[in-house]
Amino acid sequence: MSSPILKLVAQRIALGILLLLAVSALIFAGTQVLPGDVAQSILGQAATPAALANLRAELGLNDPAYIRYFRWLGGVVTGDLGTALSSGQDIATSIGSRLWNTLFLAFCAALVSVPLAILLGLLAVRYRNGWVDKLISGLALASTSFPEFFIGYLLVYFFAVKWQIFPGISTVYEGMPFLERLQAIALPATALTLVVLAQMMRMTRAAILNVMQSAYVETAELKGLSAFSIIRKHALPNAVAPIINVVMLNLAYLVVGVVVVEVIFVYPGMGQYLVDHVAKRDVPVVQAVGLIFAAVYITLNIVADVASIIANPRLRHPK
Amino acid sequence: MADKKAAGNRKAGPLLDIRNLRIEATAYPPGEPPQNIVIVHDVSLTLEKGKVLGLIGESGAGKSTIGLSSMGYGRGGVRITGGEVILNGRDILKGGKQGLRKLRGHEVCYVAQSAAAAFNPAHRLMDQVVEATLLHGRATRAEAEKRAIKLFKALSLPDPEHIGERFPHQVSGGQLQRVMTAMALCSEPDLIVFDEPTTALDVTTQIDVLAAIKVAIRETGVAALYITHDLAVVAQVSDEIMVLRHGRLVEWGGTRQIIKEPRQEYTNALVSVHEINHEEKKPGRTPFLSVQNVTAAYGGGHIKVLKNISVDIFPGQTLAVVGESGSGKSTLARAVTGLLPPQEGSVTFDGRPLANRLADRPKEDLRQLQMIYQMADVAMNPRQTVGSIIGRPLEFYFGLRGRERDARVAELLDKIEMGKGFADRYPAELSGGQKQRVCIARSLAAKPKLIICDEVTSALDPLVAHGILQLLLELQKEEQVAYLFITHDLATVKAIADSIAVMYRGEVVRYGPKSEVLTPPFDAYTDLLLSSVPEMEIGWLEKAIKGRRMESAGN
Repeated sequence: MSSPILKLVAQRIALGILLLLAVSALIFAGTQVLPGDVAQSILGQAATPAALANLRAELGLNDPAYIRYFRWLGGVVTGDLGTALSSGQDIATSIGSRLWNTLFLAFCAALVSVPLAILLGLLAVRYRNGWVDKLISGLALASTSFPEFFIGYLLVYFFAVKWQIFPGISTVYEGMPFLERLQAIALPATALTLVVLAQMMRMTRAAILNVMQSAYVETAELKGLSAFSIIRKHALPNAVAPIINVVMLNLAYLVVGVVVVEVIFVYPGMGQYLVDHVAKRDVPVVQAVGLIFAAVYITLNIVADVASIIANPRLRHPK
Repeated sequence: MADKKAAGNRKAGPLLDIRNLRIEATAYPPGEPPQNIVIVHDVSLTLEKGKVLGLIGESGAGKSTIGLSSMGYGRGGVRITGGEVILNGRDILKGGKQGLRKLRGHEVCYVAQSAAAAFNPAHRLMDQVVEATLLHGRATRAEAEKRAIKLFKALSLPDPEHIGERFPHQVSGGQLQRVMTAMALCSEPDLIVFDEPTTALDVTTQIDVLAAIKVAIRETGVAALYITHDLAVVAQVSDEIMVLRHGRLVEWGGTRQIIKEPRQEYTNALVSVHEINHEEKKPGRTPFLSVQNVTAAYGGGHIKVLKNISVDIFPGQTLAVVGESGSGKSTLARAVTGLLPPQEGSVTFDGRPLANRLADRPKEDLRQLQMIYQMADVAMNPRQTVGSIIGRPLEFYFGLRGRERDARVAELLDKIEMGKGFADRYPAELSGGQKQRVCIARSLAAKPKLIICDEVTSALDPLVAHGILQLLLELQKEEQVAYLFITHDLATVKAIADSIAVMYRGEVVRYGPKSEVLTPPFDAYTDLLLSSVPEMEIGWLEKAIKGRRMESAGN
């Protein structure tokens, strides 16, 4: 690898870290603006003013905001996300297994949806403006247009209630056999796949169609290549950058946007955890989950940027 | 292979026999129902094995369309609706898609005008060069690569052993054009279609590529259709020439007959197109625009593209700036207009220094310097009518509105020899030459002292370009406007210039009145430039190559 690429990649990563810092400040500021008082929430309405003052001093709530921010940030960097107000449990420990669950669900959904979307995109280009293209585009649009909770309930109704193939409630626990775990998440993964499929497929189609106008596609055609090998060998490599970008955005959505799907299927992931604690006004948990979501989002976008840089032969092989 | 041998046994037939070829397309004029238009009207041609036929004509003559029909290919929705294309004894139009795929890249190969666009930027050159050979099972990978390297050598590419490992963007335009020729030759086809293979190149590079192509054709014995609009170029490589116009055959004959004794009036016009007699004006006493010791650079001052340039422009005269691409011609224009503020040196106008930066110049200075560009169609807003395009500088500089403005627009349209009716048209409804005329009118509307013309005739057909040059000369007489005329075409320079600056790698290597610059003894570069301009003379190419004193910069 040559130096211009390294430099660009380093720039992107540095920018990402800076962005994450800014987001952390925003999250902290946002939760500060919210009405209510942590000491009050812990001790309840009946607390005496003296007890409240003591607890505030103990929690360091009397310090100026920026000191509390850096204290919180310092904790985050060392892996200490604080304690949940509602349960008094360490947030990092309770998030641990849930984050893993969410990532597993997202990973499975991605494993199905990304290759499927790209393949459908390629097929749509190959048979563009024909019935195959229209069918693929139409179905993909329809599946995106349905809200995810609607898709979720449809899946539950048919696969869990009527035909009883998959469980309607995705209970997973530690030490669960892998295949059972897969079966448990089949429905939420399907729902997620249907939601993200269309955008990736349509972007693949558009990006490749754009490249199909190029002179080098004509060159390939005049070499006698078949339509599908032209698309695969000559168009796809040049359409990679926009496709990666939209894929990464959708992967980020798979991790961050699962809230509704997790709640429908009662899946013990990050989304459900977040919803529970928003209801309980548990500010430290909301902060921690918000920060993790932001980190996932920013990381995936950095990966997309870096992948697009590496996909560009002009940057990979400078003159 | 079997069918090819069978065809070879039937010795009587030519390699390619096109009979009554008719090609149509559907046009979608704005606001009207789609129309069927005929692009090629029943053209017939034959080509023997190992011979070269030049197809010549202006844009829209149907040259490329006919060339591509030999591969059964219609570019951009064009349909072959009649006639036969008989290749190696069989009608390829009857072979279906499978049959066409088998012959493309195997029996017939294609060399495009812009190799830079025709190579896939994502793959190494070697993979692309041998792709067709492997696809059609003509050789194993190792054999094909060996053959490719041999061809790279024959086409005198630098470092033939390793150039295939490079990506297209790592190789210059002239070299890419030769690699593309190697790509076409690699699968040992019977016929190659060369579609303007040197048009996008500098004259100094064109001559190398032309020589390489000629040698390759001779050594491999391949037949070729050579498509170009430049008769002087085609005269160097072809055995026969076919002149086309508006999709019809005008004249078809041996190369010598076409260029020496043309029988048709149109051919005659093509042969004698370049002659404009322009009497050189002696430089006046005081230049009104003076570029003094200008140095300019891109990339934050790291890449110096102009080195210590000094030239003068006199009122009502033309300074032509010539040189190959990358020599800094257009950058000089950018420095003069303030688009690229010079690092050192200054530009004086009417005896006072002009602000370096465009943003620091008052409106009056902006009005005095106008520009016309090479690509007229992208220099105009496609959603504005000709009237509002020409009217814009009238409003902006002089505050003309309403009827007053329209009257002036009509006057300007008259000056560029276009009628009043054009005011309501959109650029898409104009031809290339008309578009460039509108751009000229727009720059004239500001009543400038100097118009910078950046390759304004390069994208036009010779006859149309001729008309534009004559118009510019007439306007100069009437309006006393000066031109800074940037071009790589020496014929144009001879036609229009009063003084000439020859640029090479960011420096002015020769500068003075036209008659002095074009009189020997020359410096090495000017000599190369002058000797590289194709002449309509059989055998010119060999003579020119022999007489060269230096290599081109190869940009």
